[in-house]
Amino acid sequence: MDSALIPEGAKRCPFPVFAAGIAIVGVVVLWGVYAMGLCWLKGLNQTNMNDYYGFALWIWADLAVIAIGGGAFFTGLLRYVFGIDELKNIINLTVVIGFICYSSALLILAIDIGQPLRGWFIFWHANVHSMLTEVAFCLSLYFSVLTIEFIPLILENRQVDKVPFFHNLGHNMHGVMAIFAATGAFLSCFHQGSLGGVAGVMYARPFAYREGLLVWPWTFFLFTWSAAAYGPCFTLTVLKMFEGITKKKLVKDNVVHLLAKISGWMIFTYIIAKIIDTIYWATVTAPSQGFKLMDFYSDNAFYGIWILILEIVICGIVPAIILTKKSFRENSRLLLIAVVLGTLGVCLNRWVMVLQIMAVPVMSFDTWALYFPSWQEIATTVLPVAYGIILIALAYRYLPVFPQEKELNAD
Amino acid sequence: MKQDNHGKNHKYGMVIDLDKCTGCGSCMVACMSENNVPFKEDETRKKDSITWMRVYKLTNGKPFPETEICYMPRPCMHCGGKGDHGHSPCVSVCPAVATDYDHSTGIVSQIYTRCFGCRYCMGACPYHVRYFNWWDPKWPEGMENYLSPDVSPRMRGVVEKCSFCFHRYQQAKDRAYVEEREEIEEQEYQTACTQACPAGAITFGDLNNPDHAVHQMVKPDPHACGKPRNPKAFRLLERLETNPKVYYISERDWVRKAGDNYLEGEWEKVKNNHDKGHE
Repeated sequence: MDSALIPEGAKRCPFPVFAAGIAIVGVVVLWGVYAMGLCWLKGLNQTNMNDYYGFALWIWADLAVIAIGGGAFFTGLLRYVFGIDELKNIINLTVVIGFICYSSALLILAIDIGQPLRGWFIFWHANVHSMLTEVAFCLSLYFSVLTIEFIPLILENRQVDKVPFFHNLGHNMHGVMAIFAATGAFLSCFHQGSLGGVAGVMYARPFAYREGLLVWPWTFFLFTWSAAAYGPCFTLTVLKMFEGITKKKLVKDNVVHLLAKISGWMIFTYIIAKIIDTIYWATVTAPSQGFKLMDFYSDNAFYGIWILILEIVICGIVPAIILTKKSFRENSRLLLIAVVLGTLGVCLNRWVMVLQIMAVPVMSFDTWALYFPSWQEIATTVLPVAYGIILIALAYRYLPVFPQEKELNAD
Repeated sequence: MKQDNHGKNHKYGMVIDLDKCTGCGSCMVACMSENNVPFKEDETRKKDSITWMRVYKLTNGKPFPETEICYMPRPCMHCGGKGDHGHSPCVSVCPAVATDYDHSTGIVSQIYTRCFGCRYCMGACPYHVRYFNWWDPKWPEGMENYLSPDVSPRMRGVVEKCSFCFHRYQQAKDRAYVEEREEIEEQEYQTACTQACPAGAITFGDLNNPDHAVHQMVKPDPHACGKPRNPKAFRLLERLETNPKVYYISERDWVRKAGDNYLEGEWEKVKNNHDKGHE
């Protein structure tokens, strides 16, 4: 039915099967859109947030998708600026993932603010001292860059490419893509860092506060580093999921292993920096504000020291070891474990920096603020995931996302 | 031509004597009434009820009959921030400058029509003095007739907080201007909670003015970011360097200890200094 749109030589499931899959995920999207509508029409009283807990589940999702979408800027940097040519076989996937993640982030921000119609104030009345201003500017600009990076892929659709204008446009855009990739890497570096800065500059919140360099707290650098390190893990996780679902090999092993190796060394260096940061914060910064490390991990029903061990050891040191050691990363099962752990690790880090900082009491007579999100919050957090599944499924079906697919599945 | 010198070098602040406070809640009621704070249909949901002035109940944690209670009224602290240069926790993070530090009065303002409800200021404030309007404002039928015309009601989706009844400052300033005075008198600008307190536990005035009661009560040290010289006085979370303009006074050690998070052995040093101050 839609065979004329499918890339030449590529095999795809029958259209009714594809349509049925999309319809099922579409129901989830509609559920999320309904919840989003409630939040816009009735207000944020639809959530379980309160004056003690002003950052919702979806803000964690926002930071998490931006972190795991970091594979786009980092792989783009490696491919176009550092000239690592092998990565051209996976760059399309990273661009699609990046586009999904960043568009999701913008959508979440649009739901999150109490006065959505005034969202533009952040640009018009910009406070240059606020890390959030930097986030908004860089996020919007980087999304524009990702859109520009995504367009040539759309223009490569079999039917669109037949139109000479689109063919030439796509070709010329490819020619200048290095400039956009470099611009995107710069913007993304800053806004990933600024997201870290959002927490790190809150000097009256001892759990979040970090000292740093000039106006930037250490979390600024750690967030950028972790996004670059763990972003490729998510790219590889998605690739493995694709290969599992389609039962096809889509990218050659040398490309996967190269990206895994780079990611591994990035995680290795990041986790050392993270451990140093944690030790300094726990022994110098927090005590200077009247807190011991265990004050942040005790006297509550959820946030125990396990969360720190899980983040640093299980989801940091373990994937770093697997991905840096050749024999480990070339074992497909260990590779999968490492990239999944890496993805979970960065999401957990964002959870801690968004939600745990709100939960920790600061006044000596205050108590932990724990909350459970309302269904509207859960639905609007699931919404971007469902939207992402649909978009990536459409991209895979109709666009040449994996240039090596035909060669690897010739029979 | 008349020069408007009002407000220059002023630093309005509050001193609350915790040994006098009975926890009656008059300050909360006066504040709500004065500042058009809306009611909620279900006031049992305390964590999203708006109370610019909130009264905490503290105990010394000892069993009866040694149990002691202290009621701690908590308005916005109007932090001066590190170095007293207006780097308040909330001001520096607001992306749209919807909250700002007024250097002529030391008051941290909130511009409701500028706020778009990102709630970052709430995240940055350790005192939980900022409230988000989760609901459209509502008043019992007929109550809207009693709203103060000097204070704008806030719409759903914006953050609000105590302003030290800033509209009263404006009124006092206007009156002085008409009367061709350059300065306003101490009693001309008082907050609603100060006036309502039946125990006289709340005192309000210019911390920079040695003639004002608040200055005499705490004797803020200008060389130490406003830290009190009065050994009975303290501020909440002093060591975070938020530099609040709300001071508390208490004779009781455990109450002063509740003001900050002291690590093992730290409180003894503070207490020793305090005792030396008494000698």
